[in-house]
Amino acid sequence: AMDTDLSSQDRKDLDKFIKFFALKTVQVIVQARLGEKICTRSSSSPTGSDWFNLAIKDIPEVTHEAKKALAGQLPAVGRSMCVEISLKTSEGDSMELEIWCLEMNEKCDKEIKVSYTVYNRLSLLLKSLLAITRVTPAYRLSRKQGHEYVILYRIYFGEVQLSGLGEGFQTVRVGTVGTPVGTITLSCAYRINLAFMSTRQFERTPPIMGIIIDHFVDRPYPSSSPMHPCNYRAGEDNGAVYPSVEDSQEVCTTSFSTSPPSQCVFTVTKAHFQTPPPVVTDTLKVPVMGLAFSHQLSSSRLSYQPAALGVGSADMGYPVLFAGGLNAAHPHQLIGPGKEGGVPPIPSQPAHGTQADQERMCTPLDGVHYSAATPSSSEDTETVSNSSDGKCGSPHDLLETIFIRKVGAFVNKPINQVTMANLDIPFAMFAPKNVELEDNDPMVNPPDSPETESPLQGSLHSEGSSGSSTGNTHDDFVMIDFKPAFSKDDILPMDLGTFYREFQNPPQLSSLSIDIGAQSMAEDLDSLPEKLAVHEKNVKEFDAFVETLQ
Amino acid sequence: STRRRVPPGAAPAMNCRAEVLEVSVEGRQVEEAMLAVLHTVLLHRSTGKFHYKKEGTYSIGTVGTQDVDCDFIDFAYVRVSSEELDRALRKAVGEFKDALRSSGNDGMGQISLEFYQKKKSRWPFSDECIPWELWTIKVNVVNLANEQERQICREKVGEKLCEKIINIVEVMNRHEYLPKMPTQSEVDNVFDTSLKDVQPYLYKISYQITDSLGTSVTTTMRRLIKDTLAL
Repeated sequence: AMDTDLSSQDRKDLDKFIKFFALKTVQVIVQARLGEKICTRSSSSPTGSDWFNLAIKDIPEVTHEAKKALAGQLPAVGRSMCVEISLKTSEGDSMELEIWCLEMNEKCDKEIKVSYTVYNRLSLLLKSLLAITRVTPAYRLSRKQGHEYVILYRIYFGEVQLSGLGEGFQTVRVGTVGTPVGTITLSCAYRINLAFMSTRQFERTPPIMGIIIDHFVDRPYPSSSPMHPCNYRAGEDNGAVYPSVEDSQEVCTTSFSTSPPSQCVFTVTKAHFQTPPPVVTDTLKVPVMGLAFSHQLSSSRLSYQPAALGVGSADMGYPVLFAGGLNAAHPHQLIGPGKEGGVPPIPSQPAHGTQADQERMCTPLDGVHYSAATPSSSEDTETVSNSSDGKCGSPHDLLETIFIRKVGAFVNKPINQVTMANLDIPFAMFAPKNVELEDNDPMVNPPDSPETESPLQGSLHSEGSSGSSTGNTHDDFVMIDFKPAFSKDDILPMDLGTFYREFQNPPQLSSLSIDIGAQSMAEDLDSLPEKLAVHEKNVKEFDAFVETLQ
Repeated sequence: STRRRVPPGAAPAMNCRAEVLEVSVEGRQVEEAMLAVLHTVLLHRSTGKFHYKKEGTYSIGTVGTQDVDCDFIDFAYVRVSSEELDRALRKAVGEFKDALRSSGNDGMGQISLEFYQKKKSRWPFSDECIPWELWTIKVNVVNLANEQERQICREKVGEKLCEKIINIVEVMNRHEYLPKMPTQSEVDNVFDTSLKDVQPYLYKISYQITDSLGTSVTTTMRRLIKDTLAL
């Protein structure tokens, strides 16, 4: 599929979204099989570390395993990411319960806005995954694990292998999200023949603790990756310490815009960094603790393993947390993740990292504004940032580089393109001045009619009402005959029409003006308790009145 | 005659997609079953709090989630971590359950969750509420004779609810009409911004009880009047 239509910025964003979506998918699935109830808190202020605006914790070992399996790749056609959930008894018998598949097919949606629609739909898909992981049979089994059996997970990347699920397995689709490079689909195939795994058949044995599953001798696929217990606490004594890789600190908060149609603002904000977490990469032989790989946090924002992913973060000379899709009219304002300000202290001798990397850590300018006339501003920002050097190590406050550009209309035609004078109605000069054009009016834009029949019982309204919403509803206009009632053509004056238009602009009611309004509102509020009491007393009468209406 | 350019669909009424779910439950399962469905829908129809900044950009807060175990059904579901939202749903479901109970043993009723947008109208017309999605759960309350039946009912209703969750997710996945993301001045016409930690789309819950004669008594009317008087 040609993706020349996708800007390089969009492509980078999309790859990043898909990568983090894959990681979060694994987290949700594995956490749903831990055997415990999961609880995360909502936060009204964006913390800058919650991908897809959802509070999903990152278990370090799980992220590590997922990244190992992905090895820098992204799901693509024929290369699916699979999370296999299986059960292992205390006697050593094991059985595959589910395979969760994150796949990509070739069906592209070129029109969709990456930084906005795709992102939000991925968020919705994660919510669906949260819901669906609780309704497959393995959930209830996993809640009871510990004594007779444990639940294990295994992540692999490549072709989906369903043969271990037994005969007659069922599939549930969690959802799909179309993107310009393909359609992401998330589904689960699960075993239904669980009869002999009923927990009542097991005798009580001592709890299985400390099981480290390295491999299964009877696995048909010798190259398969090792299994891991979902209840990760069982593996505490295996010696490997997984530093808390908080991937979520890498990029994530996005800002969305309901920009005015003629202009969109793209704000690039340098991050507030906390002390960066130690980072484990595949290129390092030992876990690196305590080193500030700032270059990972700054310039390599867009990929965890820049080379492998091919998401040219090396090109990004400036510490952009997240670059929004610029050809969408939804620019992004980046918000630093941390509560503490400042750049992390850069060690004088990092174990890895080059001189060039160190330079990239430097902050570009303070508060310089650039106007980019063309959409391709990444080059501009590069020159901007490369021009600075030598400021490494000093903390910086939030700084902003603002690009102001003109882009196409937000979703609809800009207001100034359609003026009342263009509307072919008589007495246009009497029309309300601040008309809310119907194409800006969300109430008027008809939603697309559903193409498929609802699996549930009947859409009562969606059939039969006007479904004339094919294509771009904002560009297609239809002509309808507009005949004001009781009017005659070409005879002046049209009394009713004139009256109608004039009365659409009445003078403001004095009681609505602020001064008087505030006064009377205070009085109203004071009298409310009395009124309420009276009304409550008369509830029976009102109820009776209502009955008469039945 | 005058001809006026209007976008297609402007004249006829806006589409409101409607989904109907049916469950048969024991009396003591009504609340949990309703909450499971309503919370699952609202999980998909709530976002983090919007914070508008200059130039029309906004950022979105974070939605937390938590598992809920049912006591009377072999079932668990995920809901948004918001005590305010949970309280609001429990209140509505509690009233529904009470109404069902007081209507007699053959309780039948339905509870509806409607998502709507507000449209400001010019004087002298008052604001319109235009629904864009309507979920209706039809409930049939059954009475069971003994403990064995109750145990089976626990499992069966649990399985049924699993199916309902899958159905809901199917609908959500169609990515059909959602209100446009609003500007700051419009946000209260699209979202309920009154909660402190999450932001669901504007919604209202109503219910109907069908008594044994098949007539339906709408309690929405009564509540509407009460609410109006309470300002």
